[in-house]
Amino acid sequence: MSQKPIITLESVEKYYGDYHALRGITADIGQGEFFSLLGPSGCGKTTLLRAIAGFEDISSGRIMLSGQDMEGVPPNNRPTNMVFQSYAIFPHLSVSENVGFGLRKSGMSRDEKRRAVGEALDMVGLGEFGGRAAHALSGGQRQRVALARALILKPKVLLLDEPLSALDKKMREVMQVELIKLQREVGITFILVTHDQEEALVMSDRIAVMFEGGIAQLDDPETLYRRPKSRRVAEFIGMMNFLPAQATEGPDGGASVEVAGLGRMDLLAVQCPSGVPIGKAEVGVRPESLTLLYEGQGAEAGRAATGSVTEVVYYGDMTYYDILLDGAPRPVRVSMRNMPGRRVLDIGEAVNLAWDPQAMVLFP
Amino acid sequence: MNGLRAYAVVYLVFLYAPIVLLPLFAFNDGTIIAFPLQGFTTRWFVDLFNTPALHEATLNSLIIAVSVAILSTILGLFAARAASRYSFPGKGGIIGFIMLPLVLPEVIVAISLLLVLMQLGLDTGTWSIIAGHTLICTPFAIAILQGSFANMDRSLEEASVDLGETPWSTFRLITLPLVMPGIVASLLICFTISLDEFIIAFFLSGNEPTLPVYLWGQLRFPARLPVVMALGTILVVLSVLLLVTAEMFRRRGLRRTGQKDTGGFL
Repeated sequence: MSQKPIITLESVEKYYGDYHALRGITADIGQGEFFSLLGPSGCGKTTLLRAIAGFEDISSGRIMLSGQDMEGVPPNNRPTNMVFQSYAIFPHLSVSENVGFGLRKSGMSRDEKRRAVGEALDMVGLGEFGGRAAHALSGGQRQRVALARALILKPKVLLLDEPLSALDKKMREVMQVELIKLQREVGITFILVTHDQEEALVMSDRIAVMFEGGIAQLDDPETLYRRPKSRRVAEFIGMMNFLPAQATEGPDGGASVEVAGLGRMDLLAVQCPSGVPIGKAEVGVRPESLTLLYEGQGAEAGRAATGSVTEVVYYGDMTYYDILLDGAPRPVRVSMRNMPGRRVLDIGEAVNLAWDPQAMVLFP
Repeated sequence: MNGLRAYAVVYLVFLYAPIVLLPLFAFNDGTIIAFPLQGFTTRWFVDLFNTPALHEATLNSLIIAVSVAILSTILGLFAARAASRYSFPGKGGIIGFIMLPLVLPEVIVAISLLLVLMQLGLDTGTWSIIAGHTLICTPFAIAILQGSFANMDRSLEEASVDLGETPWSTFRLITLPLVMPGIVASLLICFTISLDEFIIAFFLSGNEPTLPVYLWGQLRFPARLPVVMALGTILVVLSVLLLVTAEMFRRRGLRRTGQKDTGGFL
């Protein structure tokens, strides 16, 4: 985050009776940033979003919006607007009336309002739809109306509560790209709540992964994926294999580990996010960071292993293999791109596998 | 298959034949309610207009029905909103108790109300009928309005506040228009129920009879029977009209909000 923060969260806590919904949330969200709150259901991500919008009071801590403490400021007086999970399109109003709803108290003349509504609808590609009844729209169109309605007020921050979860897979992918484009165009800070890790990785500048009301890790998508700080984050974002290992201290704060089925390797300090556990540890590696060797291919000395195929899952562009490495207690998953002339292996085949120590992460 | 069809026909005849007889004899030129018919006349309807006691009873019934419709709908509005928006301890039990008069025999409600009034030394009259009818109509109002609130997405109100409206203007611009069809339907149904309710009105009317009570009184005079038939005809037409109007409002509400029809009265 290079820009100055538009939202500052300082030790935000929220209790529902005995239930601790938000635990010490501290974060800065930058001007113009696409920020995601990612986590399983019940992790507090929606509560945090609603607290920023003003729909939930917080028990302690502070929420600052462009330098102003938001304590006691009701939602209608906050410079935020929200796109609801259900879109909350007013069913008794037309598309234009929905989009122009927030302008009622703007003091604009009727012509100015009409122009603003037209511009907002054009922005989301619904220029022709102004006169339609709101309930005659498809899911994707409702989503766009909700966006136009929220953006017409030019909020400092746009809050999106699982906005794509009601759409089918194709439409979701289209809207992901459109949202990114739209956000670049308007330059408004977007905060997205999602439980879909892929969606978060695709769209965000930074992602806060939340578990049980607290932020487990806050990083850009690549760091989050390549260098997860805990096993839990690693398991939540994408797929990761965990292999038992014996660790000792290595050079420059790194570690020297003996990994079951792979062999000995040296890891850098950045690959040990929770320090170097001496003795029993686990090494995490992503399926695409392991490579099956086909005939005629070789690996660098000391970076190869042998095993056999126990499971094959064919995905079209990719094939996932479960490989039981010699000397390992359980199979590891390996993903291979399907290329012309590359045969899909069978269960029971013996294979050679190459690995790269840079792709490993050490967990206690 | 044929047996079932015959059953359905018999059932419908049983259900509607008496109602068809009503207008038949209302326009029949004879004081004896029997076939063959004597010829067409409208004098029973003219008679209706020349009976002051009947006018009083009608006025009485209208005052009661309108008051009951408004009272029950307002009470129902509060209860339905609370039941569908908030959770509070004992909610199920409280709502159950409010809905109880729906299944309680009316004669029991009527007798217990009469007993209470007598114990308190209060006179019966129009106001006590209004109270009794409100008691039995409120559950209907709640049932109808609960549907309206349950169909309404909560985030609609939040979206309105988020877009700069106050809670009050949100109620006016969003909530009220969306539950309005339910309110109208509730008003009409409570009005209809109160208008032709007999037992409670009979027990509590004192010397100000409502229309059904007055009608019952007239049955003692065979000569007045055709007049009663004429009045009955008017009441049937009126009731059906009201029910149809209520249902139209309910359906229009559903259409306007693009929801699926999940039942109703007609």
